[in-house]
Amino acid sequence: MLPSPSFREDLTNNLRAAYARMWVRLRGANRDPTALAAEIGLPILTIGAYVILYRAIGLPATAGAAVIVGGAMIAFWTNVLWNMSSQWFWEREQGNLEMYLVAPVSRMSILLGMAMGGSLNTAIRALGIVLLGIFAFQVPFLVRDPFSVGIVFVLTLAALYTLGMLFASLFMLYGREAWNTANLLQEPVYFLSGAYFPAIYAPIVPFGLQVAGSLIPMTIGLDAIRRLVIDGASIMAIWPHIVALIACILILFPLARRTLNYMESLGKKEGRLTLRWQ
Amino acid sequence: MKRDLSIETKGLRRLFKGIPGKGDVVALDQVGLEVYDDEIFGLLGPNGAGKTTLIKILCTLLLPTQGEALIKGLDVVKQAPQIRRLINLVSGGETPGYGILSVKENLWFFSQLYGLSRDFAKDRIAKLVDQLELQDYLNTRMSKLSTGYKQRLNLARGFVNDPAVLFLDEPTLGLDVLSARHLRTLIQDWIKTGGKTVLLTTHYMAEADQLCDRVGIINRGKILACDTPQRLKTKVAGGATWKIEITPNLSRPESIKSVPGVVGVSETNNIETGVTTLKLVLEDESAMSDLLSRIRENGCKVLNMGKSEPTLEDVYISLVGTGFE
Repeated sequence: MLPSPSFREDLTNNLRAAYARMWVRLRGANRDPTALAAEIGLPILTIGAYVILYRAIGLPATAGAAVIVGGAMIAFWTNVLWNMSSQWFWEREQGNLEMYLVAPVSRMSILLGMAMGGSLNTAIRALGIVLLGIFAFQVPFLVRDPFSVGIVFVLTLAALYTLGMLFASLFMLYGREAWNTANLLQEPVYFLSGAYFPAIYAPIVPFGLQVAGSLIPMTIGLDAIRRLVIDGASIMAIWPHIVALIACILILFPLARRTLNYMESLGKKEGRLTLRWQ
Repeated sequence: MKRDLSIETKGLRRLFKGIPGKGDVVALDQVGLEVYDDEIFGLLGPNGAGKTTLIKILCTLLLPTQGEALIKGLDVVKQAPQIRRLINLVSGGETPGYGILSVKENLWFFSQLYGLSRDFAKDRIAKLVDQLELQDYLNTRMSKLSTGYKQRLNLARGFVNDPAVLFLDEPTLGLDVLSARHLRTLIQDWIKTGGKTVLLTTHYMAEADQLCDRVGIINRGKILACDTPQRLKTKVAGGATWKIEITPNLSRPESIKSVPGVVGVSETNNIETGVTTLKLVLEDESAMSDLLSRIRENGCKVLNMGKSEPTLEDVYISLVGTGFE
């Protein structure tokens, strides 16, 4: 009988798998340049509509800047939904899920690879959206604390993608409902996160909506980033956001892991892991 | 010489939820199997016989409802992570991988799921590409490969971790004759490297006959017989196996089955020519006169008839009473 791998060997193998899955995502998404152009160019149209509207009703130019940041950040939510949450469904349809389940690596490392690849890919697109937005609409930004911007950005992505891991685990056994669920979660989060509002935590936004929005890491991260890059705020102004994002990660990651293990074991028991075309 | 057991199942049973009100579906029923090192073992049975269910349990993709399954002495339920280091699975008709990636990139990706270092993976992939004659397609995207080459890539993926136990679920499904032959040769060469085991499912009788050291015949979740192809065929050789061509197409095949002395029959209808080919296993040749009378009663006339060497299909017919349906 083979000896069990050491902790170090096991960790190395899982990191290799995560890296490989990240590489697949990066390679696959950037092989077709028209997709890259579309993913940067098309959101600008929605953003542009809001910027023009806010100008027309006399809001300050910073409202346009808020929409550009919102439009860039919301790309991550779209990525989390379509490339994380429903990913096991696609992998199963392609026959890849069986291969992941037969391989001697943790499924969490595969999800981690997807998350790393997805966030890096989307970061390229988000940067493109911001640069194109600034160029096209000449909106003002004021960054006094770039280090904090970096921290909040990374924490927001980590919280969002751990939420994506949790969804992926929950929807592991889903058939075509995965598609509908992703659709169902898309627009409400666009709305509740305040991506296209000048600000979510403003007196004009109903309190209930603010509370509901605050349950989504995107809302917290987006608000913090807006304060940092538009108002020129320092870390002292957004420390509650940082605490909230860290709390999200600490809760969501272990929850995603447990859920994944549970759903995998349920799938094996009920024989639903390898069923297709449901 | 006593050989080491590579795969072992004891009283393995698997139920699936059936249509409401109809009860559970028994996919595997008290399956006991022993497969040894250096052996190519074939599971032969029609669609829905339980072959894939058994493979899925052995690959840790499905939990058994009852019983025990061991790979190299490791329990598929309790020691799944250890088992996954020893096995790989290739399903025919499946093309796992990413269409947008090339052959080389896909193989590299799968090698990383088994923790192969960069240099080791590079060497291994080069060897597999050479063995499976994929050199000209190394940088071709998987989505642009033909079915045959996709299947070669799939097989290369199955060998990428040089598993101790390789599960092949209908590996030649959809392959042309040459590709299927190439694949069989490859499997035979690989098993000779020593310390390997192949469990192969197929419904191609000739494939099982040519490739497998031993064959288990499975139907409705039960293993009906298990032995070398030669011994299985010898068991039916005591009777008589016949091939009879009749015309027009037989409308009531069950009437042939009920002739005394007919152990089993399989019929193949050619609608275009109106010819039905019957493969029959008889207890002895005394059943022949009743059989010919029954054919005439069905309004058919005999075009051709002859005794044939028993094949694995005849073994199956003698065990189940019919051919694969």
